[in-house]
Parts: sequence; C-alpha cells; structure tokens
Amino acid sequence: MKVLMFGWEFPPHISGGLGTACHGLTNSLSKENIDVLFVVPKLHGGESADRTDFISASRVPISVSGSVEQYISAGRVNPDVRTPLYQVIRQQTGVEQIEVPSSLSAYRAPSFEETSSTVSHWNYQFADTEVEVATRREPQSSTNPVEERQITEQELPSHAAYQFSGSYGTNLLEEVRRYAQVGAEIASKFDFDVIHAHDWMTYLAGIAAKKVSGKPLFVHVHATEYDRSGEQVDQRVHAIEHQGMAEADCVIAVSNWTKEIVVSRYRQPAEKVKVVHNGIIPKAATEKMFTPPPVGSHIVTFLGRITHQKGPLYFVEAARRVLERIPDAHFVIAGSGDQMPLMIERIAQLRMSSHFHFTGFLKGKDIERVWAMSNVYVMPSVSEPFGIAPLEAIQAGVPVIISKQSGVAEVMPHAIKVDFWNSQELAAAICSMLKYKSLSKTLTRNSAEEIADITWDRAAKKLTQLYYELTSQHCA
Amino acid sequence: MNSLPNTAPRRNLVLYFQVHQPQRLSNMRFFDIGSGNTCFDEEGNRNIVQRIARECYLPANDILLKMIRKHPNIRVAFSLSGVIIDQFDDYAPEVLDSFRALAATGAVEFLSETCYHSLACMMPGKEFEEQVLSHAEKVYEHFGVRPTVFRNTELIYNDEIGRRVSRLGFLGIMADGVEKVLGDRSPNHVFHHPDQELKILLRNYRLSDDIAFRFMEGGKPLTAEKYVSWLNALPHEDQVVNLAMDYETFGEHHKKETGIFKFMEDLLSRLAKSRSFEMTTPSQVIRVTESHSVLNVPHLISWADQERDLSAWLGNDMQRDAFDTLAGLECDIKNIDDNETIAQWRNLQTSDHFYYMSTKKGSDGMVHSYFSPYASPYEAFINYMNVLTDFSMRVQILKAGKIDHSVSVKMAIDQWPQSMGSRMTMMATH
Repeated sequence: MKVLMFGWEFPPHISGGLGTACHGLTNSLSKENIDVLFVVPKLHGGESADRTDFISASRVPISVSGSVEQYISAGRVNPDVRTPLYQVIRQQTGVEQIEVPSSLSAYRAPSFEETSSTVSHWNYQFADTEVEVATRREPQSSTNPVEERQITEQELPSHAAYQFSGSYGTNLLEEVRRYAQVGAEIASKFDFDVIHAHDWMTYLAGIAAKKVSGKPLFVHVHATEYDRSGEQVDQRVHAIEHQGMAEADCVIAVSNWTKEIVVSRYRQPAEKVKVVHNGIIPKAATEKMFTPPPVGSHIVTFLGRITHQKGPLYFVEAARRVLERIPDAHFVIAGSGDQMPLMIERIAQLRMSSHFHFTGFLKGKDIERVWAMSNVYVMPSVSEPFGIAPLEAIQAGVPVIISKQSGVAEVMPHAIKVDFWNSQELAAAICSMLKYKSLSKTLTRNSAEEIADITWDRAAKKLTQLYYELTSQHCA
Repeated sequence: MNSLPNTAPRRNLVLYFQVHQPQRLSNMRFFDIGSGNTCFDEEGNRNIVQRIARECYLPANDILLKMIRKHPNIRVAFSLSGVIIDQFDDYAPEVLDSFRALAATGAVEFLSETCYHSLACMMPGKEFEEQVLSHAEKVYEHFGVRPTVFRNTELIYNDEIGRRVSRLGFLGIMADGVEKVLGDRSPNHVFHHPDQELKILLRNYRLSDDIAFRFMEGGKPLTAEKYVSWLNALPHEDQVVNLAMDYETFGEHHKKETGIFKFMEDLLSRLAKSRSFEMTTPSQVIRVTESHSVLNVPHLISWADQERDLSAWLGNDMQRDAFDTLAGLECDIKNIDDNETIAQWRNLQTSDHFYYMSTKKGSDGMVHSYFSPYASPYEAFINYMNVLTDFSMRVQILKAGKIDHSVSVKMAIDQWPQSMGSRMTMMATH
C-alpha cells in the first residue's frame, strides 16, 4: 500500500502543529507497512521518517502559464509517460530527494522568508486580487496555446519549478494554486494507491491528483476556517475547504468536535466523516536540567498562537481573577499572533503588565524551558480541533486545564475542563492547581498514564484500516 | 561684551537647542531575565552617540563657535540632559570639550532640566526635585555655570510644575506656546505664573517647526533669507521670539547633504546683523523684560504631537502600566540607597522609552516610529517590561540585603521554590 501524501510543513521546519502531526502519522504508518510519498512545498533539509520519500514541490517543474485543468488532461492523454523526469537521489537517511535539471529552476518567483519573531507576520494574509488572477489566467492559456509559446519566446522556460515558500504569507493562495499543479504533475509520474491531503492548503493538490490518477482521496481536517476565524471566515478558504471535503472519498476529522463542524458547517454526510484522534510521539523521560523561573513561583502558561481561536482574551480575564486571590502569580505567554496587541492592551488596561511575560514565538529547547518553569498550562481555546500542546505539557510534567471546546478533551478524562468563556471557573481551576499541590500532582500523574494510550500508532492503525476499506471498495 | 539690555525697539530672539539621547535598552528576551545581562545596550549606545557626535554635535558646535567668534553678539541656549552628558563622558568626551569651548565664550547659556530627561514631574514625592537638583549639579560640574531657567522634559508644563520649579529657586521656565493656554494672545511675549515670581517663555512652535520639521518641505531646503523675512514680518509689539528645537535637527534629522549646516550658518549671520532682532538668552530676557500677562495653565501641556499634552508618553494603557510599575519601585530603590541602582532606575525613567510604546497613528505615529528602535510599540513594551522585571528582581535581592550585583541573582534563583524541585523529582520517579 502506497500513499501519496500532501502536506504543508514537516519537522524540523514547522510553524504549527500540522507538521508535527504529519511527522507522527507517517512514522507510525510505516509500522503498518504503508509507504508514503510525502510532498511538501519546500524541503528545508533534515526531514526524515521511516518508509517515507519526500518531494519538494519547489523542485517539480510545472507549466509557467498552465492551469490545473491542463495538467489533469495532459496526465490523461499520456498515461504511458509515467517515468519521473527528475533524478532521484537516495540519501543515507532514507530520504529521497528529487532533483530537476538545473536549467529549469532558473526561473524563480521571488521567495520571501517569514520572520516569525517580528510582530507583523502571524496568521496567513493575502491580497484580495489573488484568486481573480488565478481564474483569469485559465481561459487565456487553455483556449489560446499561442499565448504560451509567446511566453517561451520571451526567454522564459515553459516549464519551471515554482519556488514555494511553504509558509503562510501573502502569496498563500497563489502557492496553493501552484501546489495543485504540482499535485497533478506528481500524480502523473508516480504509482500509489491512495491520496491523502492535510488541511485546506493541500486540498486542491489532492483533488488534482485524484483527477489525474483516479485513486481515492482522503482529506484530513486538522482545522477548519471556523476554528481559525470564528464567524469571520475567509470565503475563499472556506470554498477550497468545502470543495476538498465534497470531492474526497473520505474525510478524516481529528476529533468529534471537528466532525461535528464538518457535518454541520460543510454539510458533509456523517458517514463519510471518520474520526481519527491525533497522537503524541512518546518521549523518553530524559534527565531534565532544572530551569529556574526568571519570575515568581506561581507560573501559569499560555502556549500557542495568540489568535482568536486560542482564546487569549479569556485567559487574561481569568488571570485577573487569579491575581485577586494569588497576587504573586505570573503568566507566561509563549507565542505570537494577530491578537497580541489586543491582549497586551487589555493586560495593561488592567494594570497587570508586571505579571505577564511575553516570550514571542518559541521552538525546541525554549519550549522545554517554558514547560520546566510552568506550574500549570492553560488552553482556553474557543474552538480547538484537537490541540496537541496539552499532551506535550503533560509529557513535560505540567498539569493542564483545557477548554471543553477542544478535541483533545475527548481523549483526556483526567484533565480539568472548563468552558472557554467561563473565566470565573477557569480562574478557580487555576487557583486550585496553584494552591493544592496534591491536586496538580495527581492530575499530572494520571494524565501521564492516560497519554500512554494516545499514540500515533493507534491513529495509524485506524487510518490503515480506512485506506484498505476504501481501496477495496474502489477495486470492487 | 555688549550684554547690557538694549532699550531700542529691537525685538528679542532666543535660540534654544535640546541635546539628548536616551540610554537605549538591551534587547532582553524573556529567558534573559535574571541571567545577569545589562539593562542598557552599551555597544549600541556607544555607536549611536559617536555617530551623532560625528554627524551633528561636533560639526554644529564648530559652526557655532566660529560664528560666535565672528559675531560676538550671537546668543544661544542649550539644554543637555544628564543622560547625554553621561554618555558623552563615556563615549565621546570631545563633544563635552566643544560645549565647554562654547561655554567659555560667554555667549551660551545652559538650561536646567530633569537629569534623566524623565517624566518625574508625574511621580509622587520629591523625585522631580531630586532630579532637577542633580542635573544642576552635573551642569555646574561640567560647564562651571548654574542654570537659572528651567525647561522640563519636552516642555511639559502646568501651574503646579511652575510652582515646584519656582520653589527650587528658578526665575524662569520654558513652555510651549499652545493656543489652548494662550487664547488669542501671541506667544511672543514674556508671561508670568499666576502665584509665583516665575516668568514663562513660550516656544513659537510654528517658526520652530519650520526649521525642525519642515526644513525640506516640498523637496527643497528652506533658505535663511526667507526665514528671516518671516521673522521680520512679526508684529513690532512682540517682545521675544523663542525658537526651540532638537539640536539633532542639524545633521541628524536633516542630514548634512540637505544644506542644513549652511542654513544654520547663514541664519546666525543674518540674525547677528539684524536691525530688528537682538539675539539673547532666556535668563537675559527674563531679567530685562516686563511680563506681558499672567499665564494660567491648569492642564498639562508639552511640545509633543498634535495634542501637545502627555499623550505621547502616557497616552495608552501600556505606557501608563509600565510607568506605574516603574514608579512603584521608588520606595524600595530609595531604601536600598545604592548609587548604581538609583541611576539605573532613573535611566529607565527616560521619557523616550515610553514614547516608543505609543500606538498613535497618522503623522504623529510616523514621528514616533522614526525615533523608535523597535518594529512596533508592542515590542517596545515587551522589551521594556522584560528589562524592568529583570531590574525589579535585582532590586528585591538588594532589598533582602545582598549587595553583590552579579552573584546574588543566581543565588536567589537557586533558592527558588521547592515546589519546582519536587515536581521534577516526581517526574523522575515516574
């Protein structure tokens, strides 16, 4: 069984939970004897997983002016041309890198680096004209092939690798469209049994691959536009999500919470939507260096993007009540996001700035340092499809309080759960956790046992079963 | 020297330049808190002060000295914040020498301000008075003169500040000539405080900003000839025109290439020869000129932003919370009574730190971000709070009676709550 999988990021270069999830899943799928051909917009080096080959979309030549539809029809016209054009280099790590002839990568769209530490770049944001450009090009190039030739005469190669940034910047919609072209191109060159697309950025690529190959498509919903934006959904993103779900043969939801949204908001039949809870990669308990907290002794931590979805303002309201009871409590905010200004202003308004500490976006060692100094982790998400951070907190020995509006709550019977909007209850839970050490100890111990069962292996088993079910249906 | 008052109908003209650079903060990440890093970015401050010395202070002082030698009737006033005097001492002592050379001509007056270019006037207690006196001390130490006219940070003023300044023995104060306190009166007079023997000089902000902000307006530089024609057009009954601006206007805000130094030289030469204006110093004007009328200023005014109030520094909640947190340390700081700690605390009071946190939009916002080393007011705020947290931790340690700065932080951290340790033990056994 071989899966053509489309992702948007993969460790070590990640900016969110999606990359971590893809990593855990591919690793565990290998144990089920599943081979994965993993496509990402851009390989940064260091990506590795068992039985997984990686393709950097930035190295796949696609028609400069062409549309997805052209690709799909081209793939169908020449079903026998299925040998890859690219040179495949297998490295020691088991990662296949696919190289394209160097002359083809000469034409590059300007790439940009995202600086996550500065306050100006957080969520994805894009120009309003982007989709318009994308749709306007299609009829031009498909009805008038001369146009395309003219472009090549202007010394632009007709096929070139599009330089993906693989980030969530202003070019995102353009990249998503280009990625679909890559999807079609790859689907026409490789053999596989199913297609698996992670989140909306890759849905169009999945659909294109399905059209070229006729193989069944799984779309994996790690988050929906409703989670990210509340009721202010971006219609363009929503449309892509809906199209992906509609054209998929099976929709994987990371929780019942998410399944509910897929069914009610995207009008998908419930029987088509399967819940596969995320897992967590087990971590060997390593000898931890004791990191002293740079501030105070009662540390309450918020770790995640500071966006509407994560409920930062509810955290602030709860903190206010906590400080009434425990005046020496301190709050560490690890992350950045578009609600950071709002959050800071509210904190300042309540004159609590000296109790709040902003670390900015963190990774690796710095996250471990935050866990090492935290007494309790709070995830007050307004809508959290799953939420892997609480599991990581527990792995690090930090007790957690999570919102009932999170998928992870479904797999954690021993966590303290509150409604995100109930600041009073949230504050009470935080105070109890800080004051009663026996409570936090018991919770930490019990949840640590609990997460032993929340594994990617379990997710992969379930997924494998679904792969086989669907392929057998297809064959029949 | 011709320093006696001239009773001829020549109007007075005061030129006053503000010289100041804050001690910019270190870039302190959350994890750096308590690690013994310094609050202030020594390297960065050295580079900035040396660069501005090269591009502004030294060449401008040279021109001034040359012009005073050529025209002994030129008069100029300076206010050097204590923060910049200290930095000149450390990083560019030649600038202090050049100011001393100017002082020696007798044509230059030094004004008083708060030593740390702070908002101390907004703090309870005697912090303001202490900073004013320590500044006067510093000016005397470096230039051998005792200031008699006061200017508060960015000309922040109200009746109460006037009262406090008068009680300190000052004869005059500079404020901004804003309409809301002048009504239909011209700013070009000497005013006095409603209940103190204190004369008030008001900055003519239009004519000042014509140079400071609008020198290059419309793409070509203002000429001294044109500028003097505007001065000459002022009504004859005006007593004094006060022009006040950042000294960095010359060579820093407007680079040498704009011709700003040529303008400066030309302007000084024309004013020295002028038949309708006499250059004078603030103390001289105050001594010889009768007050025109009482100036009532119940609310705080300043020279900053369109609002010309305190909103540039204390306009939003971040600024107020940061300021209150800083001010709240006063009691502990003064009980510890350690010179270095007090100096650091006061350097954290410098108004610029709060100015960077302003979230104003529009043209004022652009001016704020021109001056700010931070990408956004939020980053300015976070960094300031990190530095302040680090500083308060050291204060708490000193308060506990440990005076050694570097070692004691780590000691205190090692003694940090057993709860953390016990959790780690529990994990290890698990």
